Amino acid sequence: MASSTALATSPNRRRFLQSAAAATAGLTIGFHWAGSSRAATAANDVLAPNAFVRLAPDNTVTVIIKHVEMGQGTYTGLATIVAEELDADWSQVRAESAPADATLYNNLLFGQVQGTGGSTAVANSWDQLRHAGATARAMLVAAAAADWNVPVSEITVERGVLKHAVSGKSANFGALAGKAAAQRVPASVTVKDPKDFRLIGQYVPRLDTPAKTDGTARFALDINFPEMVTTVIERPPLFGATVRSVEVAAAKAIPGVIEVVQVPAGVAVVGKSFWAAKQGRDALKIEWDSSAAEKRSTPELMSAYEELAKTSGVTARKDGDADRALGVAARRVKASFKFPYLAHAPMEPLTCVVRLTGKACEIWAGDQFQTVDQMNAAKAAGLSAEQVTIQTLYAGGSFGRRANAASDYIVEAVSVAKALGANGKPVKLVWTREDDIRGGRYRPMYFHTIEAGLDAEDNLVAWQHRIVGQSILDGTPLAAGMVKKGVDETSVEGASTLPYAIPNLAVELHTTKVGVPVLWWRSVGSTHTAYATEVFLDEVAHAAGKDPVAFRQALLRDAPRHLGALNLAAEKAGWGRPLPAGKGRGVAVHKSFGTYVAQVAEVSVATDGKIKVDRVVCAVDCGVAVNPDVIKAQMEGGIGFGLGAVLYGAITLKAGKVEQSNFHDYQVLRIEDMPKVEVYILPSTESPTGVGEPGVPPIGPALSNAVFAATGKRIRTLPFAVGTDT
Amino acid sequence: MVVSFTLNDKPIALDVDPNMPLLWAIREVARLTGTKFGCGVAQCGACTVHIEGQATRSCVTPVSAVDGRNVVTIEGLSSKVASAVQTAWRKLDVVQCGYCQSGQIMSAAALLAGNRKPSDSDINGAMNGNICRCATYVRIRAAIHEAARIMEG
Repeated sequence: MASSTALATSPNRRRFLQSAAAATAGLTIGFHWAGSSRAATAANDVLAPNAFVRLAPDNTVTVIIKHVEMGQGTYTGLATIVAEELDADWSQVRAESAPADATLYNNLLFGQVQGTGGSTAVANSWDQLRHAGATARAMLVAAAAADWNVPVSEITVERGVLKHAVSGKSANFGALAGKAAAQRVPASVTVKDPKDFRLIGQYVPRLDTPAKTDGTARFALDINFPEMVTTVIERPPLFGATVRSVEVAAAKAIPGVIEVVQVPAGVAVVGKSFWAAKQGRDALKIEWDSSAAEKRSTPELMSAYEELAKTSGVTARKDGDADRALGVAARRVKASFKFPYLAHAPMEPLTCVVRLTGKACEIWAGDQFQTVDQMNAAKAAGLSAEQVTIQTLYAGGSFGRRANAASDYIVEAVSVAKALGANGKPVKLVWTREDDIRGGRYRPMYFHTIEAGLDAEDNLVAWQHRIVGQSILDGTPLAAGMVKKGVDETSVEGASTLPYAIPNLAVELHTTKVGVPVLWWRSVGSTHTAYATEVFLDEVAHAAGKDPVAFRQALLRDAPRHLGALNLAAEKAGWGRPLPAGKGRGVAVHKSFGTYVAQVAEVSVATDGKIKVDRVVCAVDCGVAVNPDVIKAQMEGGIGFGLGAVLYGAITLKAGKVEQSNFHDYQVLRIEDMPKVEVYILPSTESPTGVGEPGVPPIGPALSNAVFAATGKRIRTLPFAVGTDT
Repeated sequence: MVVSFTLNDKPIALDVDPNMPLLWAIREVARLTGTKFGCGVAQCGACTVHIEGQATRSCVTPVSAVDGRNVVTIEGLSSKVASAVQTAWRKLDVVQCGYCQSGQIMSAAALLAGNRKPSDSDINGAMNGNICRCATYVRIRAAIHEAARIMEG
């Protein structure tokens, strides 16, 4: 880590890379080190031809990972791509977290921003890392050819060993690394034909498994320094309230409490340990000014949303004339859906460590949004973004929570460190679970209405969909690029991209203003749009007297990849095979983040209404399957994550106050509710797309449709624990 | 107050607030960070350790309660059962974010120490207190069965 950090901040190299980036118009194929850096690495017999791979004399291949590993398997996935092109042996491959440096490590789908989200890690890195690996391979081959005095074309590379068959010479990567570093970095390289892949598409063990099974994996909470202090912050009980007055004497009297400071987020108690700081916080007496706070309750908000849905919203999509087509339809079907606020509740509550001086701000975090966090930390610290360094650690889950435009937890820690005098003593900020559940930045609450029209032959000819809810991007710097003509794409994605061939289709949006901070939550808009559209389509199929799979198949005539996933899931699930009474089967198909997923859920519903999900069959088309086992794991996990939300998940407000506080009243999926899951991957030669999120959207509607098949009851209010409609 | 106990087979004496949860004594005083903080109210199991072989939520156990007792954390796992569990976890690549997995492994090892061939229903019973937000439950279940097979072999 130390060496790559030092290199990454070298101003010469930065300038060089900026010009290189400009020269290739943003296409980062084989970034080259600056001359001085190359000489330095060559002297150490290390081959580091670009910012993503380092071959050392000890025969290790270290892949520098620009994305946070938060469970989605990105260390393994990105390293596989490099190792494939390098023809490395998997056992010699290591992953190392990249420093925060958007000039080198920007997400190519985010512009000049380093960050992880939208299931983009493999998708944006695919070409970049293939070229990075192929470049290193070409330099190894050139070095071996020179050393052995044989033609380059006669050298083969297999599992980390270069060979020349005629002379019988061979050498491993480590032995050649130094000589390869002295070679010219090739201006262009050829990547493999996919038919020659040896690692991509095969099982490789996850690189993070060993450390995560013996307790040695380091998360932000595990960072420790001599002289480090720990802080917990008391935040307002209502969103938008502020501190009027605070009595600190009782808190300061707690042994181990060092200081109490007021920061923009609230009142921070700083202690020698978490336990001291937490006890100190419990002893605070704060009077809050709630005059500007959000004070509405959930039912009041939802009623207002329902009223809004009766009026036309801003157009997000318009094909044909849905109003007119509905007017002349032979039959109309209408339904509305209610979705609650949802907390992300990653297992590791938000935590980071900040060391601040007058000249530098160092951050340790499971950081998901490095460039944004650098800018916000700099602003809070009174420094420039270049003075902020970030060590990205493993994140104990995130589901979107650690990527927010305000960098909330990072800024809090910086503000505490600043209030303490920017004295260079590391400050660890810890959120408790209660802080997490009550802390906002939820998946927004939404209300949907959809009305469909069928013609006399029961063809679906009209579809009018209205969505009401807060904008995730409103008020953030991201709004400029992602809110178009009054439509936040994250509010409507999945609905505005409905793949079904319906001639008259309208999707409208009402964006509401509520004082509850909201954020993307694993699969973002598709968390609610997939549910509304796929449950409603099932209702329409039922009204038309058609089989739900056959009905979808006919409407997906222009959507071959949706259709492929749907057909595979239906086939593997044994769609159409009779089930005993009390059991039901439901289907849903949805594309998110470029990946197509269909799921069939089988449920048992007991006479008391208790739902047990017996089995889920999942088909996924994510292009080239880089790591099939990681894809399976993400589908399994996405299904479990989605199930927890539709069965139990709800954050509710009473007079503005969040009613939940911890896992006893904000319930998530536990092992007893986890069904058997079968995952099938569609073969594909398309460029790979992400899998972190797309497993989530179909499970809710598939389950809901299965419950309907079993009971005849439609669930249109989430979570299931709350609402069953007719 | 000085609390003396055995931590991972070694005697340890900590001069701490007796009410401090064992979790924080282990993490911040004994400096073993494999045991995690997830909820603080015995709802998630991330803090699971073994006290006299029993899976226990260290976040609600006052450190004074382990005076004179035997505490094992993920760092001190050494039994045959525990090794089978860790081997199975690796073989099946159970982990995703990994944050809950110390607790999962501690609970699974305690289950298998008392029940060498648990059924799915036994597993649900023993593991329901361990939340995994990545929902690695399919593989946790499979890995516990795999560990049982390893122990047989």
